[in-house]
Amino acid sequence: MQIINRPGTSIKQVITIRVIAIMAAAVVSSFLITLLGYNPLVVFSNMIKGALGSNIRIKATLLEMIPLTIASLGIIIAFKMKLWNIGGEGQILMGAFDASFIALKVDWIPSFLVLPVMFIVGFLAGGLWAFIPAFFKARFGANETIMTLMLNYIAIQWITYLQYGPWRDPKNMGFPKIPNFPKEALLPQIFGIHAGLIISLVLVVVITWFMKKTKKGFEIAVVGESVATAKYAGMDVFSVIITAMLISGGLCGITGVIQTSGVNKTLTFNVSSGYGNTAIITAWLSGLSAPWALLVSFLFAILLQGGSYIQSALQIPSSAADVLQGMILFCILGSEFFVRYKVRFTAKKPVSNGGAKAC
Amino acid sequence: MEKTVFVEMNNICKTFGVIRANRNINFRVNQGEIHALLGENGAGKSTLVNMLSGIYTPDAGSIEIYGKPVKIHSPRQAFELGIGMIHQHFKLIDVLTAAENILLSEKGSLFLSEKEALKKIQKVMENYGLLIDLSKKISDMSVSEKQTVEIIKVLYRGAKILILDEPTAVLTPQEIEKLFVILRNLAKGGCAVIIITHKLNEVMTISDRVTVLRQGETIATLDTQSTNYRELTELMVGKPVDLTIERLPSKKGNLMLEVKNLTVLGEHQVKVLDNVTFDLYGGEILGVAGVAGSGQKELCESIAGLYPVESGSIVFEDENIVGLNPREIIRKGISMSFIPEDRLGMGLIPSMDMVDNMLLKDYVNQPGIAIDRKPARQKAERVRKRLNIQTPGLSTPIRKLSGGNIQKVLLGREIDSNPRLLITAYPARGLDIGVSYNIYDLLQEQKQKGVGILYIGEDLDVLIELCDRIMVLCDGRITGIVESKSITKEGLGLLMAGESLTALEKEEHLCRL
Repeated sequence: MQIINRPGTSIKQVITIRVIAIMAAAVVSSFLITLLGYNPLVVFSNMIKGALGSNIRIKATLLEMIPLTIASLGIIIAFKMKLWNIGGEGQILMGAFDASFIALKVDWIPSFLVLPVMFIVGFLAGGLWAFIPAFFKARFGANETIMTLMLNYIAIQWITYLQYGPWRDPKNMGFPKIPNFPKEALLPQIFGIHAGLIISLVLVVVITWFMKKTKKGFEIAVVGESVATAKYAGMDVFSVIITAMLISGGLCGITGVIQTSGVNKTLTFNVSSGYGNTAIITAWLSGLSAPWALLVSFLFAILLQGGSYIQSALQIPSSAADVLQGMILFCILGSEFFVRYKVRFTAKKPVSNGGAKAC
Repeated sequence: MEKTVFVEMNNICKTFGVIRANRNINFRVNQGEIHALLGENGAGKSTLVNMLSGIYTPDAGSIEIYGKPVKIHSPRQAFELGIGMIHQHFKLIDVLTAAENILLSEKGSLFLSEKEALKKIQKVMENYGLLIDLSKKISDMSVSEKQTVEIIKVLYRGAKILILDEPTAVLTPQEIEKLFVILRNLAKGGCAVIIITHKLNEVMTISDRVTVLRQGETIATLDTQSTNYRELTELMVGKPVDLTIERLPSKKGNLMLEVKNLTVLGEHQVKVLDNVTFDLYGGEILGVAGVAGSGQKELCESIAGLYPVESGSIVFEDENIVGLNPREIIRKGISMSFIPEDRLGMGLIPSMDMVDNMLLKDYVNQPGIAIDRKPARQKAERVRKRLNIQTPGLSTPIRKLSGGNIQKVLLGREIDSNPRLLITAYPARGLDIGVSYNIYDLLQEQKQKGVGILYIGEDLDVLIELCDRIMVLCDGRITGIVESKSITKEGLGLLMAGESLTALEKEEHLCRL
């Protein structure tokens, strides 16, 4: 058996591979569900029903989609530059923290300005959290993967400390909770869902434009492909890396602002609930394209929402639902391998190879 | 005496997607002969030998080795059949000695008796008249020595059929001579030697027979003695080609570039360029000759502002440009195009299309933060027409183009920006004859427009015919700057190997005008 690099995979091949992966996921999970004593068809249809079955459920799915989409956009920008920002969680938390500071501790801002200021501060805070590893990466070549990961823990511990310590609401009788935001710090509802939906859609458009039609977007793409060529073309690679990471972290920061002010209405240490990590997957699956990220995030939201629905509807233990999600993820991510490489069994006649060039 | 046929490939077909790399190829190599496989890029040479060495399997056709039909599914199997391939990029481990590298390939080498193995290697070397210090580390060896180690390696493994992929690309003329002696010994010793090349003079000097491929088909197999340059070129290109470059006259312009005492450091503070001094005038092509890695890349990059200068000055039109950033240097009208060995490394983004690659150097000059792709698209169209670039479309990622077309994209972009000084390194690297001549014409056209051209080349014939003056680098030092009319190829070779000009005059390789 040989593993061969696929020189060029056509869109059709990619889609075929992905569809096969989803089907494989369904088959494998069906086994698992049957083992647990349920009918897989019932479970799957309940997942769909749970995610899209009624207005309220659709709303819940969209609420999952919003943070995933915005965080994916952030991750896409870093990944486009081949900078592996896996610090989405930390950047979300720091964005949420700074916005909460404005909401809770600053009272001299006129109320109509509170939300805009929260967004700006949240963007900067997330950006700053990404700036730290970006600076060390661009200057000293430090490993951004490890640094962004470590900064996640710092952010989580910091917010936990605030929640259990100085920011704890004394009125809450011993329950460790930070006070709720005042009214002017809450995201308005539009069509029964908080304004984050509109923001996320606008951001998808803006980031698509940014990556395709602006100089900075072009520079980011070039630096990601070849630092040597970027330098050759006279680009300031250092500043490109810093800018891209600021925007990447900033978008994650905005995710944090939206989650605190639109969903939780306060700051908690689990405000991010894994969006920063899931966004890595959605960003990757979208092929680092902003419009696709919206679609992938929506599908993932269905998976998340459907998964939590079957827990309550069918009394499937939550861990089993998690295993199910994991299985689906495993198959889809595993299919990446086949997008990149093809496996050849030497005994058989080899399949002709897509877009290879003649010698 | 009837010769034993070592390799016989009949009606070999191999298709990659829509590209038919090999179509009904017939190829036959006898014992004791040196067989050249000649063809332009993309003619199917590598595909064909890769099927011998087990990297590809043919879609159709049959292979016979020593007269027995075989199916070669893996490099290991090719090995066992006694087929050894020597690649252009050596697969040796730097920190080990020659002997260790040779023994590495041995199965179960853990319990190998080293003495016996060494004796065996010695015997192989004696048989074929090969000379090498087996206890020398690879990292201390010259390119030519490394190549010898590779050859011993495959012989030691019992290879009887040797395939060499463009073996002369990295050698000086003197080293090429040595290699040819080795190859002749191998053939005399009963091996079959297949040498892949697109250089005609090598075919004529070394081979006994030659098979010409063109566009995936066998055109002819000829006895080298009964053919000539002209016939081979026509067979290879498919039409008569004029092989001489006519050095066009041009008015020597003003002093454009003055490099003084330029020294730059590489890894471990080694001087990669050592006290380099030369000047370049408008309307002239100054060639740079030298063995690969003599400091050519660093020279190009330090002029372009991409490599830190340790000491010395680079004066472009009365201004010292040392310390300016690449963008400022581009703005002054200095353009650099370096074609690296992989032909993609610098200057282009393989995954982007022609339009975006045109944009690379221009986008900064657009106002505002947004990018307008219209001018870049026009430029791409212009360059495509002017250089006759074969591409499915302007929005096709350029990595899908052939090597020659990719190079044309790079050079076309640089020329289209109307530079004052054009630095171009290996612009014809690996290109077809026809296309190479296109490129030389383009360079001459620029020269006649008064552009100063620094041409870093590897083919000495081309250097002598194309350039007005030639500067020779050896280990980062200039060993001579000569009028190209007054130097011979051998003379250049000696300079490349570090001889001085005065020594050359004594040996009459140089006639002073």
